[in-house]
Amino acid sequence: MRRVLFTLVLAATLLSGPLARAVQPDEMLSDPAMEARARAISKDLRCLVCQNQSIDDSDAPLARDLRLLLRERLVKGDTDAQAVAFLTDRYGDYVLLRPPVRPATYLLWFGPFALLVVGGGILLWRGRRGSAGAEALAPPLTAEEKAHLAMLMRDEDEGKGRP
Amino acid sequence: MRRLMFLIPLVLFLGLAGWFGVRLKQIDRGDTPDRLPSVMIDKPVPAFDLPPLVDGQPGVASAGLADGKVRLVNFWASWCAPCRSEHSILMRLAGQGVDIRGIDYKDKAADGQAILARDGNPYAAVARDESGRTAIDFGVYGVPETYVIDRQGRIRYRQVGPITPQDLQNRILPLINELSK
Amino acid sequence: MIPELGHYALVLALVVALVQSVIPLWGAARRDAAMMEVGRTAAYCQFAALALAFGALTYAHVVSDFSVLNVVENSHTDKPMLYKVAGVWGNHEGSLVLWVFILALFGALVAAFGRNLPASLRARVLAVQGMIGVGFLWFMVATSNPFTRVDPAPLNGHDLNPLLQDPGLAFHPPFLYLGYVGFSLCFSFAAGALIEGRVDAAWARWVRPWALIAWSSLTLGIAMGSWWSYYTLGWGGWWFWDPVENASLMPWLAGTALLHSAIVVEKRDTLKSWTILLAIVTFTLSLMGTFLVRSGVLTSVHAFASDPARGVFILALLVVATGGGLLLYALRAPVLKAGGLFAPISREGGLVLNNLLLSTACATVFLGTLYPLFMDAVGGGKISIGPPFFNATFVPLMVPVVAVMALGPLLSWKRADLAGVLGRLKIAALVGVVAALAALWLAGTKPVLAVLALGLAGWAVMGAVVDVADRIRLFRMPLSDSISRARHLPRGAWGTAIAHAGLGVAVAGMVGTSAWTTEAIQVLHIGQSVDVAGYSFRLDSVAEAPGPNYTARRAVLTVTRNGDFVATLAPEQRFYPVTRMTTTGAAIHTNFFSDLYAVVGEPAPDGTGYNTRFYRHPLVPWIWVGSILMMAGGLVSLSDRRLRVGVPLKRAVPRAAAAVPPAPAE
Repeated sequence: MRRVLFTLVLAATLLSGPLARAVQPDEMLSDPAMEARARAISKDLRCLVCQNQSIDDSDAPLARDLRLLLRERLVKGDTDAQAVAFLTDRYGDYVLLRPPVRPATYLLWFGPFALLVVGGGILLWRGRRGSAGAEALAPPLTAEEKAHLAMLMRDEDEGKGRP
Repeated sequence: MRRLMFLIPLVLFLGLAGWFGVRLKQIDRGDTPDRLPSVMIDKPVPAFDLPPLVDGQPGVASAGLADGKVRLVNFWASWCAPCRSEHSILMRLAGQGVDIRGIDYKDKAADGQAILARDGNPYAAVARDESGRTAIDFGVYGVPETYVIDRQGRIRYRQVGPITPQDLQNRILPLINELSK
Repeated sequence: MIPELGHYALVLALVVALVQSVIPLWGAARRDAAMMEVGRTAAYCQFAALALAFGALTYAHVVSDFSVLNVVENSHTDKPMLYKVAGVWGNHEGSLVLWVFILALFGALVAAFGRNLPASLRARVLAVQGMIGVGFLWFMVATSNPFTRVDPAPLNGHDLNPLLQDPGLAFHPPFLYLGYVGFSLCFSFAAGALIEGRVDAAWARWVRPWALIAWSSLTLGIAMGSWWSYYTLGWGGWWFWDPVENASLMPWLAGTALLHSAIVVEKRDTLKSWTILLAIVTFTLSLMGTFLVRSGVLTSVHAFASDPARGVFILALLVVATGGGLLLYALRAPVLKAGGLFAPISREGGLVLNNLLLSTACATVFLGTLYPLFMDAVGGGKISIGPPFFNATFVPLMVPVVAVMALGPLLSWKRADLAGVLGRLKIAALVGVVAALAALWLAGTKPVLAVLALGLAGWAVMGAVVDVADRIRLFRMPLSDSISRARHLPRGAWGTAIAHAGLGVAVAGMVGTSAWTTEAIQVLHIGQSVDVAGYSFRLDSVAEAPGPNYTARRAVLTVTRNGDFVATLAPEQRFYPVTRMTTTGAAIHTNFFSDLYAVVGEPAPDGTGYNTRFYRHPLVPWIWVGSILMMAGGLVSLSDRRLRVGVPLKRAVPRAAAAVPPAPAE
């Protein structure tokens, strides 16, 4: 418990609030193409002391240091991948706002689509059975049903079904 | 069989709740989500050579950390409040003969010197990292952070945040003893 | 004295909630009318007690009673009155008071307007609602008392976080809570129906208004929150996929699915157990949001000061409520009889597809939000999940949702003629193509996907228009007849069309600003100007300006286009001395099709100029216009005659559907 409070105090001293003022003019590179690359990369890198902000959005001092470092690496001729690897070598995958695809994240990356496929499959399977069933089992609408449907339609279309 | 299908949501939910419970327990033990593990563990300290905080005294360099002695490297700053709270623990450790190298992170030299003059100097040597680049090479994301360096100059443990007496007893001192054998 | 009265009222409410959760349930089991009636009385009493508690806390904040800890921590005498009131719910304890107050409000509304419910169902719904109340009131009394006193009282308070001192954010939580808590009522209805063992069209019709209220409020709450991000964070970001944002989006997605599947229950008497499950899941996601925000298991910008002890308590509440609900579901749902059959291409089929896509989208947000936590728990290493993940997974899932949305309302029940419907939507397809071409012409080819998405938005909006035009036979019969048909068109149909069009408009806004924002970041000296997307921004002056509890540095900018005056913008930086925080007040000029957005920040390091950031955000206002349309659609549906209190139920139960032989499974 006390440790948690401590951490919070620590966090409070490190953060300058969730105010995003981000990239400052004096940090920017004179080469627009290189600067655009730097912006694009830094939008996908996490500010470590902020919470769920990219270093591009954050005005935390560490985020600024990392932005400057990133630009230095690019100027020195790093490719985008090399510049990112420079940071993951020091801070791990945690700096990546796009988690890497590896066995531990398969569920994350493919889970939603697997769900869609499985869900869709179940529906199709049941739908097939359902429509086959409907063909075979369901007689054309019963009189009662027809009347009800007509009422619903009238209700729906004209709103005249009121008592 | 069909009835069992209706149990699936409950089972999934209980799994989820159990996992929330595990996390809460871990957090209560101090493993909060903002606490990052270091990727530098078991790797040699990054190369650096920093100038001294006090002119005329030695600075701190990576070359001097692989000389067969177990050490602590402590990142701190005068503007960092939690650093003050761990200062007395560092002083006590220094008194027991532990070799602590200090790195004053993004600080004005005069402010850092003033703090050491006021509260005492636990460091065998203390250097300035004005740009914060050496800290980034270590993977520091906030001060204070403390690294245990083994005899071959490899990083063996990282403490994020101030060292508490429990951390000292349960983790840092046992590790130093083991590495010194 | 007043705070003690408030505290007393809280405890009283807890006792009343206990009575409400036991007696009516017992009464319903014994078919004892008097005991069931206790539920209504208790609901009124609980509402009265919590109104008193909420009033007492508000009073303490309004008069700045610094002998109350909650006021000390969140208020200051210089704070404007609006934020003194908003400060009541701008903190953990106070927001819980608002939470339970709204819970009791919904309970009282059911008691008052639920006269057409069967007595036993009403008693059971109120009992479940009472149980939720017991949980939260117990939580407050045990761990989060908002009326704790301090002695001696300090002379002044610590002030509210300046970020919260904003009109957009002041009323964001109440709407959000109306949404979250509104879904508690859907949960109670689901639990009540499971206990009764009966879910029919009438049940769906009773749940619908509450789901609509909750959904509309949640839509507005989320929109307000994103609007706030847009103008306060200094560069026009409006959604960050932050866990707290996701915590509100998940119930919204599940709630949207619930609204749609409830239609199928109502009209076709099928999808019953799925709808019940959705009602339970939607409220679970609301509760889980509360847990995530307050327990500290996730990091978020917006989280309350977190505390694992509170986390344990909320987790226990979650386990009891959801676990209980799902246990009931496992026991009772299998006996629910499935109703009518339908072909895959039919209105029902469309709604089922809608549910599949929305559920998958919800699951995606769920995974993206909780996966880091999962990795923590299994020791799989720390990862971060940010916008790039959601853009790659969630966004593609929403494409078919929007595409199919235009079709759905035109499909007929049971079996539909897809070719015919597509034929009727020709004009919508044409509008989509025109929208895409317009985007291509105005913005150039770059992002091709954005051009296509804009076309999709045009298709969706026009699809909603075609739906209404079709129903009123516009241009196919004399206009006066069409107007008369429009007047008699059920409000539900109007609501559907308005909400669907709203989503289309909002999507256009999201696409426009994400794809075609122009940005210019530079140092400007007084008198200098810079061109942004054809507009010229000139920095005229920067001066100090006093505020009630802050000091501001206000810049004045003149914007021109080809030499013609467009607007004067006055962005400011506010410094709040009590909390020692600085906030950014962006200046925005809108012409409905795009926003000009200006921020003037710190003096530049050279000391003579200022760091300035200017943006042109195309279509961005449409995000909120669309959200308001969606909410309005919900409210129009709510006013539908068929949902009104006291409507005779003779048509509400389509027994006819039961004439169709049940499907083999479900």
